[in-house]
Amino acid sequence: MNSLAIDARGLRKEFGPKVAVADLTLQVEQGEVFGFLGPNGAGKTTSVKMLLGLTRPTAGSATLLGQPIGHRTTRARIGFLPEHFRFHEWLQAAEFLHLHGRLFGMSDAEREAVIPELLEIVGLGRRAKTRLSAFSKGMLQRIGLAQALLNSPDLVFLDEPTSGLDPLGRRLVRDIIRDLRERGMTVFLNSHLLSEIERTCDRVAFIRQGKIVQVARLAELEAQTVELILRVGQPSPSLLTGLEQFGTHIRQESNSGRIRLHLTDEQQIPALTRWLVDQEQAVYELNPQRLSLEDHFIQIVGQEMDDA
Amino acid sequence: MRVSTIAAVTIRETQRRRILWIGLLMGIAFLIVFSLGFHFIYLDVADAMGPEQARLPLLFLTLAGLYVTSFLVVIVAVLVSVATISGEIESHTVESLLTKPMNRWELILGKWLGYALIIFGYVLLLPGGVLLFVYLRAGFTLQQIWAGLALIYLQGLVGLTVSMAGGTRLSTLANGALAFMLYGVAFVGGWVEQIGAVMRNETAVDLGIVASLIMPTEALWKKASTLFEPQVVGGVELAGPFIVASEPSDLMIAYAVLYVATLLGLGLWQFSRRDL
Repeated sequence: MNSLAIDARGLRKEFGPKVAVADLTLQVEQGEVFGFLGPNGAGKTTSVKMLLGLTRPTAGSATLLGQPIGHRTTRARIGFLPEHFRFHEWLQAAEFLHLHGRLFGMSDAEREAVIPELLEIVGLGRRAKTRLSAFSKGMLQRIGLAQALLNSPDLVFLDEPTSGLDPLGRRLVRDIIRDLRERGMTVFLNSHLLSEIERTCDRVAFIRQGKIVQVARLAELEAQTVELILRVGQPSPSLLTGLEQFGTHIRQESNSGRIRLHLTDEQQIPALTRWLVDQEQAVYELNPQRLSLEDHFIQIVGQEMDDA
Repeated sequence: MRVSTIAAVTIRETQRRRILWIGLLMGIAFLIVFSLGFHFIYLDVADAMGPEQARLPLLFLTLAGLYVTSFLVVIVAVLVSVATISGEIESHTVESLLTKPMNRWELILGKWLGYALIIFGYVLLLPGGVLLFVYLRAGFTLQQIWAGLALIYLQGLVGLTVSMAGGTRLSTLANGALAFMLYGVAFVGGWVEQIGAVMRNETAVDLGIVASLIMPTEALWKKASTLFEPQVVGGVELAGPFIVASEPSDLMIAYAVLYVATLLGLGLWQFSRRDL
């Protein structure tokens, strides 16, 4: 038994001529909160469905908690909140959780113990007898989350858990995810709300056009890329060309004349400063800034938009 | 274990979504109309004829009532189940169910059993209600009541299985269209076979048999009516859909059971391998 919660190797899914996921290769450690990022249509949901055994991969293989995908008894240790869902809306909230608990194979006593507590955690304690048809989108999202956590899973997949939630609801979900991490659960979070990922995840993977393009520790990602904002005496085209030895994404703001560029390491800043002085530039402003996850995302998605 | 959970929730769904109650109410409405009609005709014929001669028109009326109820059983079987799989796929509900430690066939089989139980109740209510009223009012029973009712139930199971097997692959609308078209094929095929038998036209009879093989509902009805009243039904050459000129063999019953089992098996297999 290895310590990987998810170990996917070359998962691929084709729908006729269309390749939805070209190559999903990733490893998620147990106890990690893992963010899965990508633009719409990049293959996020198909990837999750393959991992959960809902969709059959065209090629490749994967294990969840050490067992091949689709393994029946392993599913008792996995929770899942689907992205688009309408549950049985004619059920009351508590009945709904009892149904799903039964399907998880939980005994009456286990369900009786867990369900009121979970309803409390997702803020629906007083709605146990309300039918789901009377629930708002946010409440459905929260009862869905409770459903995914019924069995205290070792691994939980959350597909866009905060879509449809107001800021309070989002904070609630964020707190729940933090709590899950503290309890040692592995969380696979599929979201394009980057601020959520930024606040909750240990590592992120970027998927683009059905391929993983980058997997990084969030902390490393933050240290890795720095955006430098410069204001100098004589910004000339030759100066801009010269800066290419230090960084990428060089552009000059037309109104302020400020130059922005991306450095892959902040260790480059002293060398760049020396170079500017050697060029006899008067330096008025030299302002390094961490790139946010959103900036990274846009870098990656931006390429896709260029491709398209 | 999970099969029974799904069966129970399936029954609760028809109840919560009022399908069960509307079915029940409409069934009772039907029974009231039938009973009133039967009652007044009974008064009429009992006055005009002796008890022996009165029996025949009353029998026809009873068989007509049973024919309509057998039709309603199939319709209800198709209607309650037509959206159950395709609808849950479209609403993505199925994703949260099938990521539980449950096999896909357990979901389908559970639903099938739940509906099969509801249809059983419907058979007791409608055709059963007709037979009960006839007995209470006119004091006669048909010949092989239980065997006949079992065949009407089998008709319902055929309708249920067709619509559930179709649902593992088709959208709700396409599935409903398919089920009713098949019922239409069986219906017309039954008539072609009847008339063919009277006219001694073997091609027409063969065509009818092929239709029965495609969808055995009508053939099952014919078999049921010969069980209910063998002398009357077999003796008259052509007197409507509830009278049989060419009686299906017992093999047809075996075929229908096999049909249900095979189709259900195909549906389970199809659903187990499809992407959701």
